[in-house]
Amino acid sequence: MDKDKEPGILKKADEFLQIFKKGEEFTRNLLKENEDLRFRIAELEEAHAQGSNAAKIRNYEDHIKMLEDERESLKERFRKVETENRDFAQKYVLVAEENNNLANMYVASYQLHSTLDYEEVLKIVLEIIINLIGAKKFSVMLIDKKLEKLESIASEGIGMDNTAKIPVDKGVIGEVVREGKSYFSDESIHTESEDPAKPIVCISLKIKEHVIGVIAIYSFLNHKTGFSNVDYELFNLLAGHAATAIFSSRLYIRSEREFTTIQNFLELLKGKPTQ
Amino acid sequence: MPSILVVEDSPTMRQLISFAMRRIPGSKVIEATDGVDALKKLSAEKADIILADINMPVMDGLKLVSLVRGSSEFRDIPIIIITTEGAEEDREKAMALGADAYLSKPIQTQELINLVTHQLDKR
Repeated sequence: MDKDKEPGILKKADEFLQIFKKGEEFTRNLLKENEDLRFRIAELEEAHAQGSNAAKIRNYEDHIKMLEDERESLKERFRKVETENRDFAQKYVLVAEENNNLANMYVASYQLHSTLDYEEVLKIVLEIIINLIGAKKFSVMLIDKKLEKLESIASEGIGMDNTAKIPVDKGVIGEVVREGKSYFSDESIHTESEDPAKPIVCISLKIKEHVIGVIAIYSFLNHKTGFSNVDYELFNLLAGHAATAIFSSRLYIRSEREFTTIQNFLELLKGKPTQ
Repeated sequence: MPSILVVEDSPTMRQLISFAMRRIPGSKVIEATDGVDALKKLSAEKADIILADINMPVMDGLKLVSLVRGSSEFRDIPIIIITTEGAEEDREKAMALGADAYLSKPIQTQELINLVTHQLDKR
């Protein structure tokens, strides 16, 4: 009976062995497949990682480009603002200069018309010529119609006798009187003219188109480097305003004098006994 | 608010300088016609800077500089002297007496504003 059983056991053992071998092969296959899958996963992971980095790099590159564009745009704006600022600064300087000039003109005209006292008017004219224009040697002359000569009424740095009785029809001064246009010599501002008939600058004193006299300038202060716009404006202002201020103050003196004479005459008449 | 004392006997120059000084933002201008008037104004009102002409009647600019520098109350106030060309001796005397700066006539308004602003900033 044991012998009968033996082949059966052997057969079962053989079967078991076969199953075990199949199991072993299956397991080996599984392990292989597992290994393949792991390898594949590793490959995919690497590919994924590489793909992600490239995307990131692309993103960074885009970002950098955007920042660079922005930087360029900001630099451009900065350049524009800087140019604008420079323009504004230049305009500010011009406006400030214009303000200063206007203030000078205002003060000069205000002072010229601030009084009817002839001596005071002359003092103001001298102050303007010295302190605002910067003249060192000059003479203010009025036309004496009877003598047809110019008579000095005020001067600085040059004796009034030196400029007395300059003919109204000769030389530079005569031309200014005739034409009514101010004269500016081509010579340097630092030239000093010793000849009373040859000033460096000669301004006509005009009431409308009627010339009543001139301001003849023979030299300027050393630190005056040249004529600026305000100097020409002041020359123009003096031509008109100094002339009217001098003329009206002289008229005022005369009218005061005449008024006193008339008043005295009236007093005399009042005091005169009736016949 | 800087308070600027302008001491000048000539009404034209006084008005011109005051005009220029009013262009300094927030400034207050006090005007005096000579040294004595300036000292009176100083006693009555505080001044942050003095601009003074040299040739003035009653009391000239040099005497004013000397008195201001000798006073315990006003000695620190900056003084700018306004001179005429050819008055180098007066200018030197003023600087020796304690003036802080000087300017020659004819005055360039912007130069005067810059000089005053600089002196005020230094304080």
